[in-house]
Amino acid sequence: MKGAALLAGGLLTWELLSRLGPWPRWLFPGPAAVASSLVAMGADGRLGAAVLRSLGRLAQGYSLSVAIGVPLGVATARSALVRTAVRPVVLGMQALPSICWLPLAILWFGLSEAAILFVVVMGSLLAVAIGTEDAVSSVDPILLRAAGTLGIRGPRFYYGVLLPGALPGVLTGLKLGWSFAWRALMAGELLFVAGGLGQLLQAGRELLDAAQVMGVMVAIVAIGMTVDRVLFRVLELRVRRRWGLVEAAAA
Amino acid sequence: MWRDLLGRFLAARWGRPRVERAGLFPRRARAGRPKIDVHDVGHHFARVVALHDVNVKIHAGEFVCLLGPSGCGKTTLLYALAGHIQPSGGRVSIDGVEVKGPAPDRLLVFQEPALFPWLTVRQNIVYPLRARGLTRREAADRASAFIPLVQLEGFDDALPHQLSGGMRQRVQLARALAVDPAVLLMDEPFGALDAQTRSAMHQLLQQIWLRDRKTVVFVTHDVREALVLGDRVVVMAARPGRVLHDLDVRLPRPRDPDEPKLVELSRWIRAELRRTEAAAAQDEAEEPPRTEDGDARVGEGRSAPRGWPPDVGAPL
Repeated sequence: MKGAALLAGGLLTWELLSRLGPWPRWLFPGPAAVASSLVAMGADGRLGAAVLRSLGRLAQGYSLSVAIGVPLGVATARSALVRTAVRPVVLGMQALPSICWLPLAILWFGLSEAAILFVVVMGSLLAVAIGTEDAVSSVDPILLRAAGTLGIRGPRFYYGVLLPGALPGVLTGLKLGWSFAWRALMAGELLFVAGGLGQLLQAGRELLDAAQVMGVMVAIVAIGMTVDRVLFRVLELRVRRRWGLVEAAAA
Repeated sequence: MWRDLLGRFLAARWGRPRVERAGLFPRRARAGRPKIDVHDVGHHFARVVALHDVNVKIHAGEFVCLLGPSGCGKTTLLYALAGHIQPSGGRVSIDGVEVKGPAPDRLLVFQEPALFPWLTVRQNIVYPLRARGLTRREAADRASAFIPLVQLEGFDDALPHQLSGGMRQRVQLARALAVDPAVLLMDEPFGALDAQTRSAMHQLLQQIWLRDRKTVVFVTHDVREALVLGDRVVVMAARPGRVLHDLDVRLPRPRDPDEPKLVELSRWIRAELRRTEAAAAQDEAEEPPRTEDGDARVGEGRSAPRGWPPDVGAPL
């Protein structure tokens, strides 16, 4: 209730600023203009197509980085050799903003879909790997001992004990990896025009249509928040509840 | 009263003969190859000697309790048997084969429940069985047999965090029994249970042992628990961890912890442990405390523990 009132207040201030401010209205459109631009883009299918395109890329790139990052994280946590070999590289590359991979990606893959996927993977892989490594190395050692004495080894140990034991922590890494992937994708689409929400944003600039730019930004925020707050939160809560990490009262 | 005191004094002085009449006998060597052979085992954590030249031979089908105060290395010895730690000296072998790590012929029951929190009670029992190669059907049958045995009917689908500590520990017991190992190694598994559940678990364990005659090594600091369960009690002392007495318990089963004979025996063992501790304290007072590498900085004041970390004997 209070939240809705504050939101309405904020929107009203925005609208007033846009109408009464000293700046030209076409450069600083109010919420009404942004909303109508969003509706227009939705109606002619541009928004839907861009969202689908972006989400499709994200799904491919993110799945790839999860498929590589989780095993990589498990390997670094479990093997001292891999740890000493890979860890410095991983930590060092974390300092590199993912978009810096774009020039190299274009050299290697050309102006293709693969180049964008490469940037997305490089952006999120390390976060997933580091999150997984942390989670795996903080699994309760008593569970590992129990698995040892019960004779659980091999794939059953990895899939049945180690990964479920680490899952709450792995999910945190996945969430972080997701948000990195989303950022990398948007940066990539902005710089390297090939459809998607980033390109729609860029098109708005070229047409001097600030309402479209703001509308797309709102869409990007909405998608990001939905996945982060809804998908991951629900997943995390479920896992934490099952694992007994939250009190029944909180659940 | 005088008579009682004299009796106690005699028991403490020449404990053996008196105690023999009551049901405890010094361990007599048995013929044949032992199932578990602990030979000259020593172990230290950093500078602390947890075990010093421990020799124990355990034959198949024996129920042996390792009894002693905390810090006497009983848990360390048990973990060495399980293969979870490698002793720094000596040899632990089972069936003549040196222990190099955990193996399916022995199972360790932990002090904590050590259940997989994401699996239900039933799944916690079934999963290790499946990992040991049982079919889905066999594993399910065993789970159904052992859940009622530990009085957890109706909790099949409960998650560990929904159970009380005692119930969790019973799930662990059921899981261990369902796996049916040749050697059962137990690390104070009933320490956290309430008295009633505890004695129910004692009855259950005795029944199962009488039926299957598994080799059981049971670590405890509770003298009565040791006497109720064990047909042999290895009394250990601390600083350094060593075997003080190796006694056969000849009391009829099933045993009742309140049986006068048993109470008397436990009194004798407790007195014996106290005496050892007092002697150690006296030694300590007479000569400055020394740790293994001759560092005599520790021990200002007699009451100071000699640099003895409280978790000695705990898992590494």
